[in-house]
Amino acid sequence: MTVTLTPVLTARWDQADSFTLRNYEKADGYKALRRALQRKPEDIVEMVKDSGLRGRGGAGFPTGMKWSFIPKDSAKPTYLVVNADESEPGTCKDIPLMMADPHVLVEGVIITSYAIGAKHAFIYVRGEVLHVFRRVMNAVAEAYESGYLGQDILGSGFDLDVVVHAGAGAYICGEETALLDSLEGRRGQPRLKPPFPAVAGLYASPTVINNVETIASVPSIVSGGAEWFRSMGNEKSPGYGIFSLSGHVTKPGQYEAPLGITLRELLDLAGGIRNGHELKFWTPGGSSTPMLTAEHMDVPLDFEGMAGAGSMLGTRALQIFDDTTCVVRATARWIEFYKHESCGKCTPCREGFWWMVQILERLEKGEGTEADLDKLLDMSDNIAGRSFCALADGGVAPVVSSIQYFRDEYIAHFEHGGCPFDPAASTLFAQELGAKA
Amino acid sequence: MTDLNDVQPDQAATSPLDDTVRAEMAEIIARYPEPRSALLPMLHLVQSHQGYVTPEGIELCAEVLGITEAEVAAVATFYTMYKRRPVGEYHVGVCTNTLCAVMGGDAIWDDLSEYLGVGHDETTEDGKISLERVECNAACDYAPVMVVNWEFMDNQTPESARELVDRLRAGEEVASTRGPRVCTWKQAERVLAGFPDGRATEGVAAGPASVVGLELAHENGWTAPEGGQRELGGSTK
Ligand SMILES: Cc1cc2nc3c(=O)[nH]c(=O)nc-3n(C[C@H](O)[C@H](O)[C@H](O)COP(=O)(O)O)c2cc1C
Ligand code: SF4
Ligand code: FES
Repeated sequence: MTVTLTPVLTARWDQADSFTLRNYEKADGYKALRRALQRKPEDIVEMVKDSGLRGRGGAGFPTGMKWSFIPKDSAKPTYLVVNADESEPGTCKDIPLMMADPHVLVEGVIITSYAIGAKHAFIYVRGEVLHVFRRVMNAVAEAYESGYLGQDILGSGFDLDVVVHAGAGAYICGEETALLDSLEGRRGQPRLKPPFPAVAGLYASPTVINNVETIASVPSIVSGGAEWFRSMGNEKSPGYGIFSLSGHVTKPGQYEAPLGITLRELLDLAGGIRNGHELKFWTPGGSSTPMLTAEHMDVPLDFEGMAGAGSMLGTRALQIFDDTTCVVRATARWIEFYKHESCGKCTPCREGFWWMVQILERLEKGEGTEADLDKLLDMSDNIAGRSFCALADGGVAPVVSSIQYFRDEYIAHFEHGGCPFDPAASTLFAQELGAKA
Repeated sequence: MTDLNDVQPDQAATSPLDDTVRAEMAEIIARYPEPRSALLPMLHLVQSHQGYVTPEGIELCAEVLGITEAEVAAVATFYTMYKRRPVGEYHVGVCTNTLCAVMGGDAIWDDLSEYLGVGHDETTEDGKISLERVECNAACDYAPVMVVNWEFMDNQTPESARELVDRLRAGEEVASTRGPRVCTWKQAERVLAGFPDGRATEGVAAGPASVVGLELAHENGWTAPEGGQRELGGSTK
């Protein structure tokens, strides 16, 4: 078998107390920073550009290019903001990363800030992960004590302050401009773009916003080099990434592999779908990426591959559902999420998801009609692309894709006069609940 | 069940927003280039002293930041972690987003809600437990997931959930499945305001699901190609 895993970001997670500065330094931590500080900031930007690293927060924008948009001659300070809001349903990679190896993130923050000329950086962590917040705060405190943060870092003349900031429960704050509003102490509502954050971001100043995994990849690129990074993955989607398998797989968890690995290969590694069942549907990168089915198991999990299959790589949050799962129930629950999380700024999103929940609940109970399906598709057209931000586009993804692949199952609900599935059968404790299946 | 407005006096007990709190707020503000950025942590701080976002807390935030109470209230009501009624000593969340729901979160929710006799966003009469349906908490590989005062309780079942709340109500020390001891809700809010409690090093580096891929790589001798940092992934092992 040619597929192998390539632990880089996850390489230290099984070591005792991997989160302490001492253990990070023992593993050559902060050496990349020393190297970076001996080079010109522009060289670091060039190197990250050459590596082809693309944002790991979902959209896959080229990271080096994003950094190069920061104006060189701005009178205002430049800021780095790390998006650690990880709330896209299914996504669970940044949280274990910050818990096990917060220093690799801090080192990435320092190198990136040096590269873009920021003297102030923020790590915006969702509030609902107390211990992760503790670990990141602690890592930052340790970095200050050892002279990796503060004034004149390692004698380089470079100064940097880092603030670890807790959110307060709002999925929309993961959207980069909503995050900025939230970080400014406001309701987290997206801003109109342009201006893009690189020009007018935090406090209307030039700002780079990157995902945790993106920033955590920077130290290894500085140490290993752009060519090394490119030796994994492929031309348009180079490098490694964390693939998070959850749901009905034998061994759910984190698998770090070159981009372009397939679901079939990952499932092989994860012991397959749980015993006695088969794959029904899955999301490649969270609930906002259109679901796929068993026929897509051999499509490369990279940006182009997933786009070609009508979906998106997203956050590589592979939520896997077997034949016991009702797709109507799954979709209805996801739409409840988008309804709950809509920031309320635009009507199609705020009202649309509300109506969709009503319809989906009706359908789940077997009280819908085929006309409801067309209505859902029609509403999807009116929500996506007519709203302010990408929450709306992501939110219609489960509706459109589930009707595309499982129209018959929706129809079976009203033919059957209710849901034909036993919810107990899909649980991990099906036997105890006396499931029928 | 009980309306949160008539919880037991000791639970509803709030500490006053005195000069110490003002000093703490000043400390938070000093972290940021612009004062208003301190508002979210300040609201966490208010909750840590008063158990929820009180009218008094809103007033103080507004005064300290020089903005209107309406502006503070607009922010406080936007975010689900800010509560408008007193929260119990233990905030218990059951993830009922799709993946967890399907894997057993719905069954846990139904059972626990019945067992405690409270619904979503309600608190038990003894003021100990506030129950909430929570959205995906970024731990899907440990589904079904619960959280207690925002600490992970991985791989739950209806039985383990009952046992968990029994222990919390009995005042026993409870630890997250990833190690750290669970503190009270107010103490958790204080940490989120940016005041460390010294527990960062408690618990494991990673739970078992977080390292399944890494273990497989070790077993098979798989590594990233030569050229990377030695220990941080790359040529060794
Ligand atoms: C509704 C919504 C939620 C998002 N949530 C997150 C998130 O939790 N974390 C994240 O890194 N990016 C999230 N994003 C993407 C960000 O807007 C942004 O693209 C990303 O942080 C950029 O970083 P990257 O280039 O390193 O990927 C979200 C986008 C939308 C529309
Ligand atoms: S699309 Fe939805 S979440 Fe985005 S700005 Fe509009 S209302 Fe808010
Ligand atoms: S769906 Fe429950 S933690 Fe993600």
